[in-house]
Amino acid sequence: MSAHTTELVVFVVLFLIVSGMGFVAARWRRPNDLASLNEWGLGGRSFGSWITWFLVGGDLYTAYTFVAVPALVFSSGALGFYALPYTVVVYPLVFLVLARMWSVSHVHGFVTPADFVRARFGSPTLALVIAITGLVATMPYIALQLVGIEAVLKAMGITGHLPIIIAFAILAAYTYQSGLRAPALIAFVKDSLIYIVILAAVIYIPAQLGGWDSIFDAAKAKFDATPNQNDGIALTAANQLQYITLAFGSALALFLYPHSLTGVLASKNRNVIKRNMSALPAYSFLLGLIALLGFMAIAAGTKPVTTDGKADTNTIVPVLFDQMFPDWFAGVAYAAVGIGALVPAAIMSIAAANLFTRNIYREYINKDATDAQEANVSKLVSLVVKVGAVLCILLLDPQFSIDLQLIGGVIILQTLPSVALGLYTRWFHKGGLIAGWAAGLAAGMWMLYLIPNPANGKQHFGGSAFGLQNLGFDTTMTIYAGFLALAVNLVVAVIGTLIFRAAKVADGEDATRRGDYFADEGDPDVKDLDLAGSH
Amino acid sequence: MTTGEPGQPRTDRSPWNWLLVLPIVLPLLTFLYNADEPRLLGFPLFYWLQIAFIVVGVATTTLVYRMTK
Repeated sequence: MSAHTTELVVFVVLFLIVSGMGFVAARWRRPNDLASLNEWGLGGRSFGSWITWFLVGGDLYTAYTFVAVPALVFSSGALGFYALPYTVVVYPLVFLVLARMWSVSHVHGFVTPADFVRARFGSPTLALVIAITGLVATMPYIALQLVGIEAVLKAMGITGHLPIIIAFAILAAYTYQSGLRAPALIAFVKDSLIYIVILAAVIYIPAQLGGWDSIFDAAKAKFDATPNQNDGIALTAANQLQYITLAFGSALALFLYPHSLTGVLASKNRNVIKRNMSALPAYSFLLGLIALLGFMAIAAGTKPVTTDGKADTNTIVPVLFDQMFPDWFAGVAYAAVGIGALVPAAIMSIAAANLFTRNIYREYINKDATDAQEANVSKLVSLVVKVGAVLCILLLDPQFSIDLQLIGGVIILQTLPSVALGLYTRWFHKGGLIAGWAAGLAAGMWMLYLIPNPANGKQHFGGSAFGLQNLGFDTTMTIYAGFLALAVNLVVAVIGTLIFRAAKVADGEDATRRGDYFADEGDPDVKDLDLAGSH
Repeated sequence: MTTGEPGQPRTDRSPWNWLLVLPIVLPLLTFLYNADEPRLLGFPLFYWLQIAFIVVGVATTTLVYRMTK
């Protein structure tokens, strides 16, 4: 413990500074009052390019990403690098889609993706399905941020759950008070720290280890020595399809997560979003470098922390930092990861709370809810969500959260036809969309159930790489389960739509007009909303 | 943002948008980069070429944004 005192002091000091900022954030860009979801849940819908860049970047590239991606590269090599093509593909993919989502949401005052679906397809049931899917996918993600904090605490020799309970209690308090303004302000610090730490790491550590050449050679030697055929510093014939479907499927899923949209809807106009689609890849570059920390750990001979006889590969990066950096800088690095967990956890809990408020509370419990009532319910639910996340980690095996997050990625993809395709076409019948969602969900769960993980002896839910031999093909090739599930979803949605149309089953009303999808700041419709908000 | 020509409904259609296909497809073509050699600054092809795709992504999204604003 004493060996880590410097690290711990730096960590705690930075953590406290950031917590202070979280409380002060309520007064940042001073709203007249915070008592509406436009203010508490979307920061006044007024963020410019810089704030949006930090906020969305801080939200998408989470602490868990920073520990789990290099851990995956450490254990399986090239396959773990899928995170890079994933985050290259995503921005051009959603460039036009998000601008449309922004416009239609501003004209109609939507706060969640389910709000949009409700209006577009005129179906409270479909909206409820989308909202619940979003909640289920987001919850384990919040719990995983705790796993990120725990990984750095373990590397500092701290075990036990009290520190993460305290950290989350502070987080819950300032999110309650400041809403989305808190993570927006903290994101500046978090991302600056991360950039400094990673740039230092990729310059300093390779110099210590004899250069990049020897790092990659050490990794190659390690993977050549393992009996596993599918690891290595390049892909194999069997896992290439998995690599690209996982990258592409994850890219399709990313902005379907409610918390990603929260950051997008908080921006002040369409150009802010488009400009960010070209600026956010700076984080992808960072993520690529972070992934390579996994190889550095191999070259440095880093051993993960072992608790109760189980090696926790998530600790690989924190332990590497401890090994390579001077104590004070390791402390800064740990703080970067720890604070890195707070930003996405805050945004995710706000997004989950907004889903509950808008699509369950207002839809089913209090139809005439005022702005102030909505804000109050969201604030309370954001607390409940965080308590739930802490309980998940305290009472259940963290592996359970990891499994759930894996499932979350597959099920959030099933909202794509309603949310993303819905921005382009009203062709689908609401019944067809619900049928497609159900079929995709069932197919996805079935596939995940069949995937074992030989590395840790799990029989089911052992990963996302579905073996095509399960479908009768004579091959060792694997494919991302979510991708295949989405294909099932789309086929069923199309067939379902044709059947419902042929049977003349009534479809919902579309409350949106074509022009709504291109509206921008300064338009009469959009201005109305601003007046109803804070100004 | 400027409004469109008077009398014409606004739209986000533009031939420039097709450029966005490039950074979506390139990173998914594993045969382009799935090899160790040639190395660049010690990085195997697999890693440096995929990192280079980030530049393609930034360039195309920036260009499309500028030309359609």
